[in-house]
Amino acid sequence: MKKRGLFFRKATNFAVTACSILTVGFALLFMGWILYTVFDNGFRSFSWAFFTEPTKPYGIPDGGVANAVLGTIFITLGAVVIGVPPGLLGGIYLAEFAKGNKLGNVIRFSANVMMGIPSIIVGLFVYALMVYTTKSFSGLAGSVALSIIMFPVVLRTTEDMLLMVPDALRESALALGAPRWKATVSIICRAARTGLITGVLLAIARVSGETAPLLFTALCSDGWPFGYFTQPTSNLTITITEYATNSPFPEMHARAWGAALIITVAILILNISCRILFKDSKHGK
Amino acid sequence: MENNHIKNSESKMENVKIAVSNLNFYYGTHQALIDNNINILEKQVTAIIGPSGCGKSTLLRTFNRIYQLYREQCAEGEIVLDGENILDKSVDILELRRKVGMIFQKPTPFPMSVFDNVAYPLKLHFSLSKSEIVDRVEKALRGASLWDEVKDKLKKSGMALSGGQQQRLCIARAIAAQPEVLLMDEPTSAIDPVGTLKVEDLIEELKQKFTIVIVTHNMQQAARISDYTAFYYQGRIIEFDVTEKIFTSPANKQTEDYITGRFG
Repeated sequence: MKKRGLFFRKATNFAVTACSILTVGFALLFMGWILYTVFDNGFRSFSWAFFTEPTKPYGIPDGGVANAVLGTIFITLGAVVIGVPPGLLGGIYLAEFAKGNKLGNVIRFSANVMMGIPSIIVGLFVYALMVYTTKSFSGLAGSVALSIIMFPVVLRTTEDMLLMVPDALRESALALGAPRWKATVSIICRAARTGLITGVLLAIARVSGETAPLLFTALCSDGWPFGYFTQPTSNLTITITEYATNSPFPEMHARAWGAALIITVAILILNISCRILFKDSKHGK
Repeated sequence: MENNHIKNSESKMENVKIAVSNLNFYYGTHQALIDNNINILEKQVTAIIGPSGCGKSTLLRTFNRIYQLYREQCAEGEIVLDGENILDKSVDILELRRKVGMIFQKPTPFPMSVFDNVAYPLKLHFSLSKSEIVDRVEKALRGASLWDEVKDKLKKSGMALSGGQQQRLCIARAIAAQPEVLLMDEPTSAIDPVGTLKVEDLIEELKQKFTIVIVTHNMQQAARISDYTAFYYQGRIIEFDVTEKIFTSPANKQTEDYITGRFG
């Protein structure tokens, strides 16, 4: 009886471990496959012109994606400027001032709901709000759409990071006679700063691959993105969609792969630097 | 009002710094302090001992009203500090906390340099020139017997110091605000024996200038460093007297049982 029980337990243990490893392997396999394909195809289209020249209209074989890279940077930075400050402040409010109060719970719940809104709906919303009313697509509208996606992510990570700061630190700042706001800004946020930066970087990584919201807002263009505030603004994700699905020309397909590789590498770098940053801060303490 | 401690303080003719009367404290619906009456004497070390959860720290946390950080906690009664009831709504809480410093169980250096840690309360409460701040930081660090150990690493992070040094850094930071009372909530329970010894020696020195109330789990520590000792049990002050008397001939059976290790 006893021996059979032990065998059964060992067998179960083996089966569960094997299943877990297989599942992880399965996930890793696809990740590796995707990365390999993107690197393999994308790398071939890399050239000096690819990084320095703007996109060209259909039918013209040369050109690069430099304007799309710059446009994506503009749109993302714009989203950071619009979306991060309210996210940070809201997170501070939730963690420091709204513990257990009703408004806080409502905000927290709404943020969770917001995180689940399909990004295409956000795009459509901003289309109705800004594009339809001004009769013009613009990079700014794209930034607004992305900032709406970023906001709840920054809000919740900020709250989580601040809640990781021990109460003793909060109390010792207040016990010195610091007013609440000052203790929060100069001590609590400072103690959580790497966590806060990580949250912002993750939010950037989250939105920099978005396509659907930009389709309704920034659209795309073959020009340099200097009409950011009033005109359609080129960006990498829409360029990929456009080149990969609408274009019949193989050189455009190749450039779409190249653009995909740029985005993939950028997001990888963002995610990995978040990891390193956060690990360092944990070891530092 | 025929409690021992009142008689005691009268007989010694010392100044009462903090007079607690009819203090009740609640965590939501749970009452943690029940009708506390105690006089803390000026420039003396008063130790609060008792088993875990008996209300020792709670009492301490009413003296600077730090409990107010948590909305479900509230205190009733009177705590008179220098003639003013500090539980009164009109009290300037920032000034109260300047006057009543606090040291926590775990050292809580701020995530900044050693110098900035000590300069923090200075910038908060006084308008001083740069050189005055430098002087006062040095004075506070000397006051906490830490100067010689850190004078070459003032620019280094306060979090890089050893546990014992961190705790003395917190003491330096607290005394930089020029308080009159220092509250210590088990200040040595998270640091090693050598660090503990240094902090205890420091407390001995600090009582020349400050009124000190210390919560401790360590009865030997209470016996070594305090002038007066209060024994707490289940939110009540069971006995309060001169430390020597508490540890040699306690009047109460419960106190005797606790200090001889029969419970708690």
